[in-house]
Amino acid sequence: MTGVFRPQEVVERTLVAARHLHGCAVLVRETSEAALRWANSTMTTNGHTTSRGTTVIAFVALEGVDAGSGTPSSGVAAGVVSSSVAVTDAAQIDQLVRAAEAAARDAGPATDAVPLLEPSADEPAWEEPAAETSIGVFGPFTEGLAEVLAGPHRQYGFASHELSTVWLGTSTGIRRRWVQPTGSVELNAKTPDLTGSAWTGASTADFTDVDVVALAAEAGRRLEWSARRVTLPAGRYETLLPPSAVADLMVYLAWSMDGRPAQEGHSALAGPDGPRVGEELTGLPLTLASDPTAPGLEYEPFLTAARSGDGISVFDNGAPTRRVEWVREGRIGELVYSRAEAAEFGARFTPAGENLLLTGGAAGSTADLVARTDRGLLLTCLWYIREVDPTTLLLTGLTRDGVYLVEGGEVVGEVDHNFRFNYSPLDVLRRATEVGTTERTIPREWKDWFTRTAMPPVRVPDFNMSSVSLGR
Amino acid sequence: MPTDRIDPHFRALPLAALADAALGRARELGAQHADLRVERILSQSINLRDGSVTAVSDTTAIGLAVRVVVDGVWGFASHVELTPERAAATAERAVTVARTLAPVAAERVERADEPVHAGAEWVSPYDVDPFAVPTREKIGLLAEWSQRLLAADGIDHVRIGVAQVRENKFYADTAGTSTLQQRVRIAPGITATAVDRAAGGFETMSSLAPPVGRGWEYLTGDGWDFDDELVRIPELLAEKTKAPSVRAGAYDLVIDPTNLWLTIHESVGHATEYDRAIGYEAAYAGTSFATPDRLGTLRYGSEHMHVTGDRTVPHGLATTGFDDDGVATTEWDLVRDGVLVGYQLDRTFAPRLGLERSNGCAFADSPHHVPIQRMANVSLQPDPARDTSTGDLIAGVDRGIYVVGDKSWSIDMQRYNFQFTGQRFYRIEGGELAGQLRDVAYQATTTDFWGSMDAVGGPSTWQLQGAMNCGKAQPGQIAAVSHGCPAARFRGVNVLNTQEEGR
Repeated sequence: MTGVFRPQEVVERTLVAARHLHGCAVLVRETSEAALRWANSTMTTNGHTTSRGTTVIAFVALEGVDAGSGTPSSGVAAGVVSSSVAVTDAAQIDQLVRAAEAAARDAGPATDAVPLLEPSADEPAWEEPAAETSIGVFGPFTEGLAEVLAGPHRQYGFASHELSTVWLGTSTGIRRRWVQPTGSVELNAKTPDLTGSAWTGASTADFTDVDVVALAAEAGRRLEWSARRVTLPAGRYETLLPPSAVADLMVYLAWSMDGRPAQEGHSALAGPDGPRVGEELTGLPLTLASDPTAPGLEYEPFLTAARSGDGISVFDNGAPTRRVEWVREGRIGELVYSRAEAAEFGARFTPAGENLLLTGGAAGSTADLVARTDRGLLLTCLWYIREVDPTTLLLTGLTRDGVYLVEGGEVVGEVDHNFRFNYSPLDVLRRATEVGTTERTIPREWKDWFTRTAMPPVRVPDFNMSSVSLGR
Repeated sequence: MPTDRIDPHFRALPLAALADAALGRARELGAQHADLRVERILSQSINLRDGSVTAVSDTTAIGLAVRVVVDGVWGFASHVELTPERAAATAERAVTVARTLAPVAAERVERADEPVHAGAEWVSPYDVDPFAVPTREKIGLLAEWSQRLLAADGIDHVRIGVAQVRENKFYADTAGTSTLQQRVRIAPGITATAVDRAAGGFETMSSLAPPVGRGWEYLTGDGWDFDDELVRIPELLAEKTKAPSVRAGAYDLVIDPTNLWLTIHESVGHATEYDRAIGYEAAYAGTSFATPDRLGTLRYGSEHMHVTGDRTVPHGLATTGFDDDGVATTEWDLVRDGVLVGYQLDRTFAPRLGLERSNGCAFADSPHHVPIQRMANVSLQPDPARDTSTGDLIAGVDRGIYVVGDKSWSIDMQRYNFQFTGQRFYRIEGGELAGQLRDVAYQATTTDFWGSMDAVGGPSTWQLQGAMNCGKAQPGQIAAVSHGCPAARFRGVNVLNTQEEGR
């Protein structure tokens, strides 16, 4: 882009323009995304887009008395302004700072105000430009995909690769840069008459580890299972949740682990005497964790926050992220707290995570669990998951693209409909009777927001299939 | 004299020069069709927790997009820089994309002919531009609402927020259409929470105020009575916390428009999207049981079911003058006398269905996204003959439940099996309301549910509700859409007890 300021220049110029303020944080994020989409075995919409967003957070020291109520209004306020407008001159930066400052003054003293963090690490890559992906990232993948599309099944799917580079600068001297790769592929194969449907998917950092032909072969194998169809009534079934389904349920649990509502009594993790931290969910040694250093699933080593809310604060920009164990050895572990909330509730600063790993199971793949099943259901993935009862974290949703009947240790047919389930992810942990080996997977429902997961298959003795869904 | 309401900053952009550059370059490079969109979307969100501001956030999104058809293949490209040079370069990129994809594109694009609209302008109806109201004044109002609720007995926590959007869009194509539009929308949210630590539970009550295509006047009494609702929420919440748990089973339901709109959105709105019905969303959003081979014959519901699509209803969130294909918007039937008779279409899908004209459903949520077929305002029509009241509907129920307000929702990928909860549920006994119930969810199959509708309320029960964040496509796009409906009565619907479901 000619005449457009470099991200580092936007950060430095903004911090200079904001020198008169109590403090300032600047986030510049540049995202490069390449995507392929196909339906009915032909490519539909493909593209390569780049976008940049600048977020200016003004911290303003307020002193005085509120003119309306007469109450003291001293403290530090925060105002946030974001823009995707290309920054080409200093006047634009002055305008962003002025708007953020005005928003802060309008907002009044922030309840999450704490001193800004000081630099704690050097950033050797600070001056480097944004990382860019291209359609070329799909090189070998597209060759495989062409083979798959020419095959006997009707193919539908989406592959996406994104590189998001963020620069964070603060008035206290923090300068951090991070490149986050996010990639995924979803493959939905249907029989030519559309009565059979199967799904496979994977998350990846760079597509070098994705074998689309193998994914399609797995979907094809599942379509063969549909040669024999059975109809089953609603009810509670012994159910094998494959890693993708476990991921969708555990991601929702992790999103529900904010400390504030648990402290205030309006969360499934609130007990009569405070948060249920330490409560045993299962005798199995299961640990549900987010870990910024998990191999292949790495995420930002420092926190970036463009808005404040439960568990997150713009005052925490630059704070180091860390491994957090939401469930530790079968017991409820840590809850999410911003630094201000940690001080308010006497807890430890605990940032939310951008990956999720459930570990502690025994050896065993999904196929191994099938082999050890006398009679039960094997699911493919879950869909349209929504909270029904926040007091128990009861979720509803649908099975999708393949429910298989297992008898005598093998798949004997496909159930010719889906089920609507009602079940809590807390009960998945409480009632699991067998947990297999953790593997990298992709949560189908939440994939647009969360891809970096590693989960085991889980056996639940009484998954509540509340009704039959004729949708396929 | 009406004043020019279109944002002067947007009007000051070199729109005509950008169009000349982009469309001219696309023509030179052999495009049979090209269109340019220039968009600027301002949004602001304000959030308060227990009367204190937690976040004030202002966002500006801007950019230009060029879409071309070259030898029957689509190409698309976008950029944030609004200069004629960049517009021409973006047109070149779009043509390159089309030529690159030509070998793998099995289908050739055919577009419906539409009248040319040169120099058309359209502004959504509103009184007060939310971006002209000082932020401090907005916060002051929301803080005062918070204090009113916090001062009431039995309320432990209050969350209040408001999202506001002003969307400017310029469209020009090689056929000669050029349109300049401005839309304003606003979405307030109010939730009060009561905590019972001894019993280990909590309960919430939220405002029923829908997001609407109005300005700040909406929050000061034009289109919704917030003062009345703020008085009622504490009483309603107190009653709900003491209400008995429902006994699961089949009940007759009278469903208020504040709940029924979402059931319409999920079970009729999405099911009558043509792109879904022909498999374009099969791997993601899903397909539809209402396939084109059943057009004109599929019995969707009872004879009382008349559902329309429109992008014209005043204050509707999907309402606009012209869509992102340059098509003038309209209203049409989707379900008539209980039978499927129409789909939501854009200019590409109309000819595939054998129709000569689009019904104007092309929309992109950002200058950096391709327009796709998005939902119109999909609305259930009230009883045309008689102004049946909600009380009349309730009077016709011996044992049932009156459902008010939306909360949890879920439906399968073919839009068949759904489950909804709500804000509040009233037992109906002998034709009269008999207090609130808790733990209610209703579950049904789309065609059974609409088939069981034995009466619809009259025009006086009709309300326009809606959502700001309907999701579709990959990469994901969101859209705001409204749904109008009367109260309506359904016989023998399966009701679950959500406590029992979770045991």
